[in-house]
Amino acid sequence: MAYDWLKGIEEHYDIVVIGSGLGGLTSANVLAKCGHKVLLLEHHYQLGGLATWFTRKGGHIFDISLHGFPIGMIKSIRKYWSQDIAQSIVQLKGVRFINPQFSMDTTFDREDFTRQLVEKFKVPAETVERFFTDLRGMNFYDNNPETTGQMFERYFPGRSDVQRLLMEPIAYANGSTLADPAITFGIVFSNFMSKGVYTFQGGSDVLIRKMTTELKRNGVEIRKHVNVEKILTATESGTKQVVGVVANGRTIRCRAVLSNANIKNTVLRLAGEENFTAQFVAEAKAVRVNSSSCQVYLGIRKGETLPHIGDLVFTSDEPTFSSEKLVDLHTTSRTFSMYYPDTRPGLDRYTVVVSINARYADWNNLSPAGYAEEKQRLIDESITALERYIPDVRSKIDWQEAATPRTIEYYTRHWAGTSFGTKFEGLKVSMDLPSQLRGLYHAGSVGIIMSGWLGTINYGVIVSNQIDKFLVAQKRAPEATPPIV
Amino acid sequence: MTKEDCQKLVIDIISDIAPDEDLSAIKPEIRLRDQLQLDSMDFLDIVMELRKRHGIEVPEADYSHLASLESCAEYLTPKFPTKA
Repeated sequence: MAYDWLKGIEEHYDIVVIGSGLGGLTSANVLAKCGHKVLLLEHHYQLGGLATWFTRKGGHIFDISLHGFPIGMIKSIRKYWSQDIAQSIVQLKGVRFINPQFSMDTTFDREDFTRQLVEKFKVPAETVERFFTDLRGMNFYDNNPETTGQMFERYFPGRSDVQRLLMEPIAYANGSTLADPAITFGIVFSNFMSKGVYTFQGGSDVLIRKMTTELKRNGVEIRKHVNVEKILTATESGTKQVVGVVANGRTIRCRAVLSNANIKNTVLRLAGEENFTAQFVAEAKAVRVNSSSCQVYLGIRKGETLPHIGDLVFTSDEPTFSSEKLVDLHTTSRTFSMYYPDTRPGLDRYTVVVSINARYADWNNLSPAGYAEEKQRLIDESITALERYIPDVRSKIDWQEAATPRTIEYYTRHWAGTSFGTKFEGLKVSMDLPSQLRGLYHAGSVGIIMSGWLGTINYGVIVSNQIDKFLVAQKRAPEATPPIV
Repeated sequence: MTKEDCQKLVIDIISDIAPDEDLSAIKPEIRLRDQLQLDSMDFLDIVMELRKRHGIEVPEADYSHLASLESCAEYLTPKFPTKA
């Protein structure tokens, strides 16, 4: 008989968290610290969602997520996790752009961008200043229909080079396009520009292990290899509400569920259409999932070294930036995340993770042989591209491997293998969920602005506040009160 | 619970949320946001701490009452249970 991954769990929890992405992990931690009984379920054998890692023979450790987030992470990690974890966050100073329009090294902050936009790109200082200030003042509640592309045209008309500098890195960070609402660019770009790009020293493995220790200390029951199949509901006093989940075939009762799964998975698969109004189901179905990613993982043989060519290197052979071209199956746009020995002090190893934006449909419709061929092409093209900056790199690589939108779908179960959550409208469906089904909450990558390491952690906290309010009210309600008939 | 006591409790919470801030010279009548580096997440933390430490629920529509120490005290003091 198969091993029982739920062995020893209790019959009832205050809250069951489905999925252990950074949003689910943070929610579980915050709610446990509020005194609630939390069960965290993850279907994979490892925690972290896309903020995860894997090891390969030859002593390689590869991080999945693009390793760069805004300085706001330090504050959020300190507040919702621990000072110890926050202290491991360090700046990545070598951000580099190489494309037919320009080459540029930058610390990716407002000061350096201002200097280079004025000196190198000859944009009037007043325009740059106004752009940054206006961006800072953008408000989610303004409901401004302007797209990022339209906004760029307003400040930098006809300047496809400037628009590329601004858009390309953010497209890798959150999958947004020139056609998305300007706020999806503005919030993320402003966050980065405040102080530059930061990473977690030690790697995702150390980060997630420290978070796991913290969760256990705060009393969270964590179970991996557990797939939630269904969210259970019942009608009590005329109101439909969450009463539990079915996971690995077993029923677990709870007062509330936080789904850190994709919002479409949550509404249409886990809860099911039968629990919602026709209008809400239609809204959930209409939510567009964002594009996805491919990654190529290159392990450098033990003992070999690489020269420092930057930490994050945005490269492309496209003549100008195009959101369409960026996700094309044959795109030449790639970001090289360079992992030098100081990423994981003590290991003295080098790895390269190449990130390429992609469309799920392009990868899902291939034959098994065609799929293997395309993956190999992706690896070969990535190594060839890297040889321009490190000519002898091929001979130093002793592990190469590619992941595609299908890989992401397999490990995260995300709807249509998305790596960037949903388009803007997903946020409304996510936020409306508890008013549609009592006790059901969602935190995860939605609406683009709640994406990325910082966005998803903060969204987890915002939703935790609502869950805490709900649970405290439930616990206060006198249990002996007979139901109102 | 006096309004002065209430202000102290709010300062206690802020000192835990923003340990790097100097809270000794806060002006009660001026917006907290104008004196300290507090963002919307910090205000959410204040709401959660009020619930956790004092059992006080601040509905979203009332968040604006947390703008300054003075408005906090005005709004929160009557919400504390009176001691018998």
